[in-house]
Amino acid sequence: MTKTIDLSEQDLRHANRCLQRRDDGTQTEFDVLNPMGAHALAAGLQEAVTVTIHGHVGYYCAGMNQKATVTVHGNAGVGVAENMMSGHVHVTGDASQSAGATGHGGLLVIEGNASSRCGISMKGIDIVVKGSVGHNSAFMAQAGHLVICGDADDGLGDSIYETVIYLRGEAKGLGADCVEKQMDDAHRATLQSLLTKAGVDADPKDFRRYGSARALYNFKIDNVGAY
Amino acid sequence: MCGIVGLYLKDSSLRGRLGSLFGPMLAEMTDRGPDSAGFAVYRGAAEGQHQEAKASLYDPDDAYDWASLADAMGHDLGITIDWDRVSTHAILRGPAGAGAMREWLVKNRPEARVMSTGSSLEIYKETGLPRDVMSRFGVPQMTGSHMIGHTRMATESAVTTEGAHPFNTGDDLCLVHNGSLSNHESLKRMLRREGLVFQTENDSEVAAGYLAWRLSQGASLEEALEAGLKDFDGFYTFTVGTKNGFAVLRDPIACKPAVMAETDQWVAMASEFRSLARLPGVEDATVWEPKPATIYSWGQA
Repeated sequence: MTKTIDLSEQDLRHANRCLQRRDDGTQTEFDVLNPMGAHALAAGLQEAVTVTIHGHVGYYCAGMNQKATVTVHGNAGVGVAENMMSGHVHVTGDASQSAGATGHGGLLVIEGNASSRCGISMKGIDIVVKGSVGHNSAFMAQAGHLVICGDADDGLGDSIYETVIYLRGEAKGLGADCVEKQMDDAHRATLQSLLTKAGVDADPKDFRRYGSARALYNFKIDNVGAY
Repeated sequence: MCGIVGLYLKDSSLRGRLGSLFGPMLAEMTDRGPDSAGFAVYRGAAEGQHQEAKASLYDPDDAYDWASLADAMGHDLGITIDWDRVSTHAILRGPAGAGAMREWLVKNRPEARVMSTGSSLEIYKETGLPRDVMSRFGVPQMTGSHMIGHTRMATESAVTTEGAHPFNTGDDLCLVHNGSLSNHESLKRMLRREGLVFQTENDSEVAAGYLAWRLSQGASLEEALEAGLKDFDGFYTFTVGTKNGFAVLRDPIACKPAVMAETDQWVAMASEFRSLARLPGVEDATVWEPKPATIYSWGQA
């Protein structure tokens, strides 16, 4: 049975305590009402619970998530699913800056647009954005996949490591060391599997792949005179 | 940090509730700025009273003799100056130009702290928690077309009433700022050479002065903000209030947060969504994050 948590009646700390199952370890499904833009809602979940939030949330929603499935019916503020380890976070509206930042694993789906620095320093998370992303997305991104069905603003993939970016629309500009790469059948299969998991109806053939040129990876002995 | 909010009522039937709608928005930003708070309220213009000029003055002594100041100003300008004491502030009103009032104050009462001049703008600000500041000035009872406000977490200059926002940027214009400017000292030197006078060491006052200077050179508000994008070095989300509305601008890398919402009845901005969460009809509002280096304006701002 689903437990309802109404944030117009309960304080945030108590709500998070419930969602983290620190008092009752049996409840698996939660509905959260009236989030009113609260910060750090459903952060630090470590078990396979299902949380459905009805309304817009503030910063760091579902941050550090492990195993849980969190759906936000609304917009998310800065840092949704930041540092996610595993699980599934789904936002039906837009996400603000730094969505999925530093995430190690799991899947983040944003049905609307994500603003700047989406997937900054991502370390293995998969992010699927149905709309567009803002500037400096996938900055210093190390592992995982960033799928963008719309466009990307300036500086996409700046100083990127081994994250793979799939972009359907246009990039206003690529960041340093980010280049377009060949897309073969294995890449299309990976992308198709991500789109299917995210519930997005799009054709992998319409996407291009971007990644690191690996020219910034290592110290070059030719530059020693600069130090 | 700092928090900023703005509310413009498109539906005139809500204007009697302006203060009661705005107050909770600003109070929600207390975590972002507990040091001081300030706000600008625009009233009178819609009711056809804008032939009158208003000046908002501040003195730390809440028994300051505003009556004799108003008498002296009225005598010299040949008009009757009405005045109301509002805690540490006074609002002077008279059938004069706002410029004439400001000029008289600068010449005859250089010690007076002029918070604002204009035909519909009134600025109030004080140190302390936002809810205490708002209760001193009677925000819940305020009526009008729009308000903008600021809660300050001081970083680069002292916590003083004068250092609180908003800053008046010429008649009926004012600015609130979340962020910090790196080049405010060099901009200030340039603006001083152009004849501008600054009351504080605050970087945001320089931004306000810059916009006032651009406007005095004949730029529109939009042109002044466009020029600011090139000349301001630093982080900023600005909200600029005008007689008829307000405008929002974020720096080109969008370092400081902002969210906007609009319904048929109102348009609002805030540093964080939670400030907007109690506005009537917000569940059906269009909610979005303003893009970097893009000017948004409402109500002929």
